[in-house]
Amino acid sequence: MPRSQTTAGTPFHRRAILALIAAGLAATTAPGARAQEEVQILNVSYDPTREFYREYNAWFADWWQAEGNGRLTLRQSHGGSGGQARAVIDGLEASVVTLALSADIDAIATRTGKIPEDWQSRLAHNSAPYTSTIVFLVRDGNPKGITDWGDLVAEDVEVITPNPKTSGGARWNFLAAWAWALDAYGGDEAQARDYMAQLFANVPVLDTGARGATNTFAQRGLGDVLLAWENEAFLALEEQGENAFDIVVPSISMLAEPPVTVVDGNITSNAQREAAFAYLRQLYSPEAQALAVRHHYRAWDTSKVPQDELDRFPQLTRISIDEFGGWAEAQPRFFGDGGIFDQIYEGR
Amino acid sequence: MSDVVHPVPVTTEPRGVRFLVILLVLSLVAVLLLAPLAAVFSEALADGLPAALQALAQPDARSAIGLTLLVAVITVPLNAAVGIAAAWAIARFDFRGKAFLVTLIDLPFSVSPVVAGLALVLLFGSNSTLGGWLITHDMRIVFALPGIILATLFVTFPFVARELIPVMIEQGRAEEEAALTLGASGWRAFRTVTLPNIRWALLYGVLLCNARAMGEFGAVAVVSGKIRGETTTMPIMVEMLYNEYLATAAFSLAAALALLALVTLALKSLLEWRHADLLAATRRH
Repeated sequence: MPRSQTTAGTPFHRRAILALIAAGLAATTAPGARAQEEVQILNVSYDPTREFYREYNAWFADWWQAEGNGRLTLRQSHGGSGGQARAVIDGLEASVVTLALSADIDAIATRTGKIPEDWQSRLAHNSAPYTSTIVFLVRDGNPKGITDWGDLVAEDVEVITPNPKTSGGARWNFLAAWAWALDAYGGDEAQARDYMAQLFANVPVLDTGARGATNTFAQRGLGDVLLAWENEAFLALEEQGENAFDIVVPSISMLAEPPVTVVDGNITSNAQREAAFAYLRQLYSPEAQALAVRHHYRAWDTSKVPQDELDRFPQLTRISIDEFGGWAEAQPRFFGDGGIFDQIYEGR
Repeated sequence: MSDVVHPVPVTTEPRGVRFLVILLVLSLVAVLLLAPLAAVFSEALADGLPAALQALAQPDARSAIGLTLLVAVITVPLNAAVGIAAAWAIARFDFRGKAFLVTLIDLPFSVSPVVAGLALVLLFGSNSTLGGWLITHDMRIVFALPGIILATLFVTFPFVARELIPVMIEQGRAEEEAALTLGASGWRAFRTVTLPNIRWALLYGVLLCNARAMGEFGAVAVVSGKIRGETTTMPIMVEMLYNEYLATAAFSLAAALALLALVTLALKSLLEWRHADLLAATRRH
């Protein structure tokens, strides 16, 4: 082989590699190119739903094809709810969002216009296919005999809850306690404040987030009772073993409704729109509801839930955030600067 | 035998003080470096080796490992090439704005990775003109592989150049100028004179660059979009798994990441040991 040919071969070779890299990048950056053949749905969700949506996605893909539709690829993203909403606002191409708070979806709607303002009325139950509530996680055997909110202000009880100023979960905890106190004292707000002051006098440390509070309670062994999401409490139980803790369900707590919706502005085809809405509607099907229960959420339709799984969820009165005038009203009143939490915490 | 001299004590402190200082440093090393590493491995193996390996074999974990390796394979050679070029320019030539260029190379060291990530989102996110245009033309930068690569390139940019600049300045231009006057082409002078002189510094820079490229969290977390099996690198996957109470899976992946770093360090030690005499001759720091 003449020498000139080998030297001429080098730049060609290099160009081929560059072309390969470019093609590789193009393949990953242009999901739309394949959208004509198969439908893709990206579900942008929050942290604790991972196992649920893994199973639901598998179930829905089968159901979708059984209905005579084309190939469907389901992609999944998880993170903190607020951060996930921010990513969608910054251009993460979510087809559907399944987040922790309606305020996070509202933020996407108002900042991008990719979701209509009335999104929450598009699906049943305020677009919340599964719900949760705030419960108590206590040490194994419940040594302090805690059964309801009233027991938390006993002198020898230490309560672990994060700081409502920084943690979304902690705000739910606060409002749940407030709702019980209002009910217990016949709507007397002064007495409710006294109760809250006593409660927070029993809180030795305010962590900044729910995960930190869980660690304080579970790993560092601090406190007698942790105020936590019911689904997170079950996860902690699974992780640490059934013998580490008990779950105590109070008589009154909050109704948390993690909402879902389609991000209309990111939908590129009719087939994708159809699949996205079907994906969310089927969350209300008996099969999906049973899956949600298995992953520690409370469901609306329990017809396909085995009785022993249902027994894990004792009945209680759950107060919706709407009774506090929604988050738009409750946030400044309770947790704004100089709000009820500040007054109570400073007056300890 | 004339080389043999009686060791001259370099410190005058009593033995007890020296012993205490050494003990202090060793216990600091143990607490700061060894204990966390040991904790990661013991947590990973808490349910036994099979469970740890099974966690690593999950599709999400496998794709995270693949993505991390892919990002390293793309960013490390790029930064090595750019780093050599930058170090060459700074060490061999005098030009206006040189001090500015040096400062610019150091910029990623002084900027928080989160800021770097947010800057990419500002530039290429859907709320910017450029980002909006790119997205309507189906080119995704943030929340896709290109964004992760850009973020990693940014944070690992200084490593190679920073290692090379002092070595190249110290060596001076004489040898290369000799090669050029003897008729070597620029490329040949680089290959046969410059490269052998800087190879240890280069290797060290590449290893550091590689370790950081695989381990970067902050900047990548901002631009990743956290799509499972697609845009989750190993450090991001570790955090997600930990937040989901999957301790074994999280620490197995963390241990794998630590192992990748340890392998690079071991590789470096092996090379140094193999070429100890060469190293002594060329490396002066």
